[in-house]
Amino acid sequence: MSSVLTMTARSLRLSARSPDALLTALMLPVMLMVVFVYLFGGAVDIGSRYVDYVVPGVLLLCAVTGAATTAVTVCQDMTGGIIDRFRSLDVPGTALLAGHVTASLVRNVISTALVTAVAFGIGFRPDGSVAAFAAAAGVLLLFVAAVSWLAAAFGLAVSAPEAANSVMFFLMFFSYASSAFVPIRTMPWWLRGFAGHQPATPVIETIRGLLLSQPVGVHLWPALAWCVGLMVTSAAVCGLLFRRRSAS
Amino acid sequence: MSDEPAIEATGLAKSYRDLRVLAGIDLLVPAGSVFALLGPNGAGKTTTVRILATLSRADAGQARVAGFDVDRDRHLVRRRISLTGQFAALDEAQTGEENLRMMGRLSRLSRAAARQRAAELLAQFELADAARRRVSTYSGGMRRRLDLAASLVGRPSVIFLDEPSTGLDPRSRLTMWQTIAGLAASGVTVFLTTQYLEEADRLADRIAVLDAGRLVAEGTAAELKQRFAARRLDLTCQDPAAFARLSRYFGDRAVHLDPADLTVGVATDGSAAQVRALLDAADPARSLIAGFAVHEATLDDVFLTLTGHPTEGRPCLAS
Repeated sequence: MSSVLTMTARSLRLSARSPDALLTALMLPVMLMVVFVYLFGGAVDIGSRYVDYVVPGVLLLCAVTGAATTAVTVCQDMTGGIIDRFRSLDVPGTALLAGHVTASLVRNVISTALVTAVAFGIGFRPDGSVAAFAAAAGVLLLFVAAVSWLAAAFGLAVSAPEAANSVMFFLMFFSYASSAFVPIRTMPWWLRGFAGHQPATPVIETIRGLLLSQPVGVHLWPALAWCVGLMVTSAAVCGLLFRRRSAS
Repeated sequence: MSDEPAIEATGLAKSYRDLRVLAGIDLLVPAGSVFALLGPNGAGKTTTVRILATLSRADAGQARVAGFDVDRDRHLVRRRISLTGQFAALDEAQTGEENLRMMGRLSRLSRAAARQRAAELLAQFELADAARRRVSTYSGGMRRRLDLAASLVGRPSVIFLDEPSTGLDPRSRLTMWQTIAGLAASGVTVFLTTQYLEEADRLADRIAVLDAGRLVAEGTAAELKQRFAARRLDLTCQDPAAFARLSRYFGDRAVHLDPADLTVGVATDGSAAQVRALLDAADPARSLIAGFAVHEATLDDVFLTLTGHPTEGRPCLAS
């Protein structure tokens, strides 16, 4: 347990000292929100205020881009010399990876807080209760954990940090092809099936429903099932890949 | 415990797919000694170290390190050893002190103990002034020293050093040698790999020569030097008949034979007295030898003698 804390502190220190990664994690979601609200927002007619509709989507995208960094940091560790030092110090692979994931959660709490603050500044007016807010934050955090473990598995699977970075585009596609930015009914028929049944949509609908005090019943359980399922599967795959990579 | 060897390996073998990297090697390293594994790139040195340091599994054979089996009891072995590889195992974006404190915490030291151990090691390795600078600002030599310091945080009893001076400038190399000699004097067992005969000679009690996955020679530096001295005396013969006589005369002592140039090479320390005595003994009538030359022996000479094939583009022995 104490090695998880040590590894988390290390990951956080390293991300705080990587200005470009920090800038990407903090600036990218804010810029995307501005783009969607002010540039695309005028053209999107969803029958209610678009800013209220899109902010939960931006929060999800922010979570995805933030969590995807985990793939790069994990891959850097595995391909650099430091992994041998950790292994010869008998640091368990789970501690190393859990450190990366925990650091990712902390990074995301900070960037989500920043994005939310900016959202309020540009007119986001949710009417959910405090309890619903807390629930939304909980779901988002669970989602970040799931995506971080998935990204960690990806980082273990590829052989170079540059390749690990590509997981972000893959994950961002999932965010765009969901109900994050436009309602699914506006999409072509062939995309609707995918967009309606992929994990990002129930998660986004749950968060949106909670924040805007709309019913979430249909989406909540699929969202939780996706997150937990993704997290458990990814963590198991991580264990497998770590053992294989270090058993040469 | 003290009678037990620090490292004991029998029949270690390892292949990566079709490539046979280790073809069954035996090693015995007494506790508290310095052992050098000498060989060219690709000989299997790093693979050997990684197996002994529990980072890699052998396909066949057994090894015990610090009293425990490297396969069955790898976790117990890991608490007693450290490995410093060819590439610095440090976080560039952390300071020297932060790196050491992190290693201390991971070695199960308390926060306070980790801080104290870090300060101790920074002073010992003359890095106290750079303690609060990020590793990315360190020179190659400083990095290597910090890496070595990091490997000592948990007070290991067996230290593996994989090519500790490769890539260092001569001055840093000298400092590294002093550091290693200091470690050895403190009673820990040091197992190092090197491409340099001189390095093995300076540091090691015993040297094993590894070539293409096999041990081709093993002994103390003095024993090996008798066979592969630091210098080679090349005798140029008058004619093919003289060449034949001298080759017969030297027999196994000839480390170099070149019928085309009519030269016979033998090991020498290069002193005038030894060269004179050698010439007199081999050619009392002074009719066989036309000329002679003394060369610095290179690692190539050693490998040529031991294996019958030259190393490819290896660095020569620094003189």
